[in-house]
Formats: sequence, structure tokens, C-alpha cells
Amino acid sequence: MPFDRRRFLIASGVTGGLAAATTAGVVSYRELHHSAAQEPLAGGGVLVVVTLYGGNDGLNMVIPVEDPAYRAARGELAYSAEQALPLTDGFALHPAMTGLRKLWDDHRLAIIRGVGYPKPDHSHFRSMAIWQTASPETASTTGWLGRWLDAQAKTPAGGSSAPGASSAPAGSSSPGSAAALRVVSVGPTLAPLVVGATTAAAAVPTGPFTAPGGAIGQELRQLYRPDPVDGPLAARVASSGADLFTVAGTLGPVLAGQADQDTGPAGQLDGGGGDATAAPAAGTATSPPASATVAAAKAGELGAQLDVVAACIRAGVPTRAYSVNLGGFDTHIMEKATQAKLLGELDAALTRFQAAIVGDPHGTAVTTVVYSEFGRRVAANANDGTDHGTAAPVLVLGTNVRGGFHGDAPSLTNLDDGDLRFTTDFRSVYATLLERVLGTEAGVVLGSQEHFPRLAFL
Amino acid sequence: MAGVGWMAGVDAVGRFPTCPVWGAMRSSPTPAGYRPDCLTVLEHGGHGTLTVRWDGPSMATARSDIAFLYRRAGFGASPAQLDAVVAGGYDAAVDALLGAGTRAGAGPDPEPPPTFAPLPKLADVRTDPQARSTYAQMVREQGTELTGWWVRRMVATADPFTEKLTFFWHGHFATSITKVRVAAAMLAQNEIFRRSGTGPFDALTLAVARDPAMLAWLDAGQNRKEHPNENFSRELMELFTLGIGNYTEIDVREAARAFTGWRVDASRTGFQLAAKQHDDGTKTVLAKTGNLGGEDVIALVTHQPASARWVCSRLFSRLAAPVAPDANPAADAMLAAYGSTLDAGAAVRAMLRSPAFLASRGKLVAQPVEYVVTTLRALGLRVTPTAGGSADASTGAAAGAGGGALPQRAVLAALAGLGQVPFQPPSVGGWPENAAWLTTASTQVRTKFATAAAAAANLAAIADEPAAGRPDAVAHLLSLDGWTSRTREAMSGAGGNPARLVALALLSPEYLTV
Repeated sequence: MPFDRRRFLIASGVTGGLAAATTAGVVSYRELHHSAAQEPLAGGGVLVVVTLYGGNDGLNMVIPVEDPAYRAARGELAYSAEQALPLTDGFALHPAMTGLRKLWDDHRLAIIRGVGYPKPDHSHFRSMAIWQTASPETASTTGWLGRWLDAQAKTPAGGSSAPGASSAPAGSSSPGSAAALRVVSVGPTLAPLVVGATTAAAAVPTGPFTAPGGAIGQELRQLYRPDPVDGPLAARVASSGADLFTVAGTLGPVLAGQADQDTGPAGQLDGGGGDATAAPAAGTATSPPASATVAAAKAGELGAQLDVVAACIRAGVPTRAYSVNLGGFDTHIMEKATQAKLLGELDAALTRFQAAIVGDPHGTAVTTVVYSEFGRRVAANANDGTDHGTAAPVLVLGTNVRGGFHGDAPSLTNLDDGDLRFTTDFRSVYATLLERVLGTEAGVVLGSQEHFPRLAFL
Repeated sequence: MAGVGWMAGVDAVGRFPTCPVWGAMRSSPTPAGYRPDCLTVLEHGGHGTLTVRWDGPSMATARSDIAFLYRRAGFGASPAQLDAVVAGGYDAAVDALLGAGTRAGAGPDPEPPPTFAPLPKLADVRTDPQARSTYAQMVREQGTELTGWWVRRMVATADPFTEKLTFFWHGHFATSITKVRVAAAMLAQNEIFRRSGTGPFDALTLAVARDPAMLAWLDAGQNRKEHPNENFSRELMELFTLGIGNYTEIDVREAARAFTGWRVDASRTGFQLAAKQHDDGTKTVLAKTGNLGGEDVIALVTHQPASARWVCSRLFSRLAAPVAPDANPAADAMLAAYGSTLDAGAAVRAMLRSPAFLASRGKLVAQPVEYVVTTLRALGLRVTPTAGGSADASTGAAAGAGGGALPQRAVLAALAGLGQVPFQPPSVGGWPENAAWLTTASTQVRTKFATAAAAAANLAAIADEPAAGRPDAVAHLLSLDGWTSRTREAMSGAGGNPARLVALALLSPEYLTV
């Protein structure tokens, strides 16, 4: 595996020969649970990284409503002070982010302004690679949390962990390796930022924690028992199928404890529940209340991912960092409607997540960070959208967070070829998170020569 | 191998129609390389004895291999299709499958492509709120119509190989309608894959590079002489033609200059070279220097030896088993066939006829599109295009001659839930593979789909069997070799109910892995 972008495309399956690596990181809930029982989370912070793919328009998320240059540059795309949710310093939050506005009032939302890196790249892939490897100058082979994971695997506490050690075959009683479980990527594939040189994060699936009931449910339980004649992929069909029942049986009750935590089938099938063709399979182990389904639907796919994270945290899974994501921010045309929908989903998902963990003993240790590969250009384009830009705000939320603004707001008039000049290097954010949340010397991840100023948001 | 012998206690006369279904003879699947033999009755000796001819493993092997071929290079084969080609042998079946599109008298196209009304001009969309909402609605509806059409075409086609290879190229040159938005442009790109997918790879790549959907997808409009955008140039080398390690960052930058000024024309349906935005200075790409244009760069990259290895390994990875470019077990045969004319179709044929291809059984998880289309074809289910209606779901089972139907809305919803909607790959890297498709969420969606499909299908062929023989009849229907003892036990709980048996079969590890 000689080169970085190959790793970045593991998730897309284009690398062929590395399919084994992708598979190796995928663990079952059974394995997660085993580890939670064997080696529960004991102290230390938990980091949740939310990646927004596509380049989120930071100027229309944390809005300089009182800057005339904003209105001039954005025209119809601009939000007025009346429309947006006021913060301080002449800034306001996007109208859809009502939940985060409350967190701001509670001083649990930090907004780091103008975050970027030198010589910004306008390619989605390249800029996302830079953010995820934390290596703007040279193409790196590893993600920043992957390198953290590598360092953890070397420590005696985690024992020795070979890559792929978590790929226990179906039916095996051996749990996922504790080291691999220190970082979990939610979703079927691994986010590049959690791939290290020798270790990769575990990937756990999202989805509703309900299993088919009735006769078909009984037969499927039988169908997904391990069989020694199964090849590796057939075994994985069986184990993933069995996982559905394990999840419903073990994590389901945890979620059912709070009414609004019961996950509806958000984003799955046609969501409306009106699929007449599904009647024969409709018997489910649990059926969420309608209001909970609506709340879950509003939080969307990201909400479903964060439900998994919340469940793991509350179950004491010994994971220190989670990776989740939301895509679709590439708003070249008719941006307002698209971004409002996505930021509404982000807001609902983050609010739901905070509410889910706030009362839990492990919940106070959780810090969530939200970033995108770049912001948008300052001026709107000719299609009521914006093109790829540069610096943008990074959001950090959690009980331990020092709320308010951090970092300087970039000027809207002193531009670099139409783009914002960054004021805070993103590696300052990472260094702060590594030291204050993960308790690791930042140099281990960012290079021993690093001297990025630490920020005061934690 | 063949022989003549006799066996006692068999109350049957005549040649077995093709060969016994393997599962009827053993309760566990075939060990690798070992297949049941084919018996032909020569003489009915009375007292329950038969003299039979033993044809050795050839016929059964051929049937099983051809069923595998049809799943990988098509969307499965019906028992009748297998009956028709098995005697001709495997290689002839490859030729028949690949030649289906060129056979005379194939009849009219069962699913001709849709035509799309032009979208409102973006200038109007910008200024007129009414045009804006019309635009958004048209984009949405045309996208659904396009996606539904391709799924219906894959289900209905008599030339499944062409659709399968079109789907391969769609994943290779992965372009998403979520950014392109213009359904007509996505359709035009799709027709390039269908028309040129078995032709010379340099011509295919050039056609795709000038195709409006690709131009929009990789930001051609931003690639200007003063401000080159490397997006297309990078993906051209990294994903489309060469693979990582076979070019430098300088090659990417220099090639980007060669593509400056390439853009979609004002009608949004054609290619245009904006001369004022094109850099006609001297560039050096892959050690060749000159006033290179985009066409020159495409010729240059596609004719690199590394490109042949890359393209062949991608074909093998998606149709046989995931491999690294330098570890393709069918490389020799494929590269020889691909040759200096970059004949992609010949490379596929060589791959399908290679021992390495037949050795790749069980190495792929059916992608959701393959899974859904193969299932609908196997069960004789049509996809009924629905104009927003939902009432036909319950009546769908009664529609159609000899088979039922599922509403398009339900089929597309299943694909969305399984994570693979045609024309919406997640990134330019295409779709993931294998274990990525196996999640708890997908198990749930798949269960729903399989149950609905089984309920809608005409399963008289299963119901006509005695209850004890129905699991084997289902295997026969799906052209599978048979069931593991685990799956048999699970099926025994279904009490011979044909729809439940079929649903379990569609959810079994044996069916989901190919």
C-alpha cells in the first residue's frame, strides 16, 4: 500500500486488492459488545468527528450578517440579521440551526472561525485528503486518527494488534481487538481519516435496531447461523444477518429506554412506511412511537449514525473516537434550499445526540467536532450557488467545551483571488483535540516538529 | 471421464433431463472441483435395476459453470436458458452471451430509452421563482424516470451482458446525477457505455471525456487557461486509465492544461472547446512534450502499458474477484486480447474463458443492482413504471403473463435502502464492493424486498413439487447448485410454503455470494 489516495479510495472499492483491508476493519456488534464487557470505557475523553462532504458554505452557516461585504457578495443568497439566529460580534447562525443556537446559549458550542491551511486546494478529493491526513504539504499515507490509532496499538495496554485482527470469522468467539476498537467508523466503509499505517478503525453499520419478527424472523435466525462450509463472504452474509438480531436484542433495549431514542427506519427504503409490498415482512421486534420516528427522520442518516455512537457510548464500548459523516454540501446551484435542508439535518442529529448522552456518565467526556473539506467562494455564482472556496468555521460541542467564538473571522474584503484567507490552521484544532480529549501528545500524530498554537475551546 | 455401469434400486427410465440438481444428491454444497456426475439410462433391466452411462462430471460442471457465468457477466440464467446452452459447452455459452446484442432477429428493444423535455434555462431559473420550482421538479422526476428506465431495461433485456458491462463502465467512469442534474446528459453518457463498452478503450475514454455529464461532474467549466482545474486530469489518470503510481503530480498539472477550455456547450448537451480559455502552450505529460491537446493526452495515457494492466484488473475485480493491478491472475490472456487496439470486449471475453475466472466462485457479494435485477428476472417479475401511484402494489402479483410485477417505486426504494441507486454512485471512485454491502440495515431492506418479490411471483413450478422436493426446486429455479445443511434446516421451518422458501433462498448466503 504505497500511496495515500489508494487508501482514500478504499471506501469506494476502487482499489481492488485492498478489499481484504476493508473487510478486516468491519466488526460485528457481537464483537463490540464482547469488548464492552471485557474492557469497558474507563475514563478519558471521547471524540466524535463529523465530516461534512462536499464543501459546506461556512459563510452561510456562521453568518457575518452585519458585514456589508457579505450582502454585496451574496446577493439573493444572503441571509438578513432578522432571518438568522443572532450570536455575538455581528454574527448569526443559519436559521435551520435552532438546536445549536440553544447549545451556544448554554456555552457548550464553540465556533472556531476561519479554519484552513496554506495554499488551499479546490479539489474535493485533495482538500478532503488534506483535512483527513492532516498533511497539506505532502501526500500522506495515513489519516490523522489512523496515526493516533497506530500509536495506541503500540502501547502495552492495548496489547499487540496486527492489522485485520478484528476480522474474526463468523461464529468465532474471538472478539474484535481492543486496539482496533479504539476508533470506530460508523457506516459500511472506513472513512480515510481513521486508516493508519498498521491499524485501521473498526467499521460498524448504521441502521434501525429492529429485526424481522414472525415466522420469517425465526427462519432467518436459523438461516444466519454459522456453517463451517461457508466461504469467507458467505460467512459474512451470515454474520451480518445475525447481527441484525443481535443488535435488536442487545442495543435495542438501551435505545428503547428513552422514547425519543427509538430509531425509526430513517433513510431506509421509502421511509414513509406506506410500502404495501412489504406487508408480509412488516412484523418487527419493536415498533417506535410515531413522534420518535419523526424526530429520527428529521435527523436523517447522520442521526442514525449518531444513534449508533450514542448507544456505544452508553453501553461502555471502549472506543475513544468515532467517525460519522453527512454528504451533499456541494452547492453550486440553488444553494439555499439544499443547505437549509442539510444544516437542519445536522442540527437535528447533533441535538438529538447531545440529548442522548447528556445524562450518561460517559456522556460528559464526549466532544464533537464538525468540519468540511472547504468553504465556498465569497461571491455567489451565476446559478444561485457558490463554488469551491477555502477557509470555514469548525464547530466544537460538548459539556466540557468553552463556548463562544475562537479564532479571528477572516476579512471579506481582503481576499485571496476571491477566497477567504484562513486565520487558524486546522492542525491547531487537531492538536487541541488530541491533547485535551484523547490525552495524547499531538506530535505523535502531527509530527514531532509541530508547533501549532493550542486553542482555548477546551 | 465416462463409463458404463449399473445401479440398483432406481425406479426411473430414460436420460435425466439435464442432470440431477446437486442438492438432491448431497446435503452439503459441492467441495471445490467436485461435481455430481451425469447418468444416462441405457437399459431398464427389470427387478429395479438400470444400466446407465456415466458421463462424468462434464455436463453438471458445464451447467454449474454456465449458471455462474450468467450471474457474473449477466443477471443470471433461467433453467430453460441453461438447458438450451449447456450441451454446447462453456466456451460456446460465453460466445452466445457476448454475442446476444448482435444476433439478428432479436426483436424490438423491450425498453427503449426515454426522451426528456428540455429543462428551463438556468438564467430563467435564477430570476424566476416559478421556473425555479419547475426546474427542481423536472430534475427530480426526470432522474426517477431515467433510473427506473435503466432498471426496467436490465430486467427485460435479451442482452444482459451489454447491460452488465454498461453498469461496469458506469461504475468505472462513475458520474452522479446528484451533481450533473440533467437526466438527458446522464442518459447520453449511459448510451456511450452501451454503444462503445466493448470497443477500443481510447475511443471510449475520449467519448467520456467530451461527454457533457462528465464535463459537468468534474468541473470542466472551472478549467481555464489562467486557472487550470486538475479535477478531471487527476481522475483520468488515477481512476480511469492508469492507477496510482503510474504518473506524477506534474503529469496531472500538465495534463490539466491540455484540457483547459473543454466545456459543455450552451445547450448543455454537447461539447465545446472554448478557444480563449485553452492553453496552447508547450506541455510535458508522461515524458512527451509538445502543444498537447486533451485528445493527445487521452491517447497518451490509454496507450501506456500500465493502462492496459489497470483496465484489465478493474474488469477482473468487478466481474471475477477483487485484485490489485499487478496481481490479476487472468492478466496474460486478457492483455493479449486487449492488445495494441485496446480491445476491451476481447479482454472481457478472454477473462470469462480463463480458468482464473471460473476459480473466482464465491469471491463477490452480489451488488444491490445485480441482486435486485437478478431476482426479478429469476422470478419472472416485471417492473411496472408507476406515475406516483401506490395502489398497484397489491394488484401487481396478478399482472403480466406467467409472472407478476413489482411497482417501480418499491424497486427503487429497495435499491436506495441497499445503498446502490443507478446514476448515483457515491463518488468518482464508484461503488464499494463485497463486505460493504453486508450490513444490518441492508439485511433488513433485503428481507423486505425478498419477501415482497416472492409474494408477487408466480411460483406454480415450486408448488407443483411435493413439499419435500421444494427446496431443491427453488435452487433449480434460481440456477443454484444447492443448499448447505444450515439453509436446508432453515427452509424446513417454512413447511413447504413456496413464497417463504423463495424468500429464504433469496436471503441465503448461497444466493448472495456469487
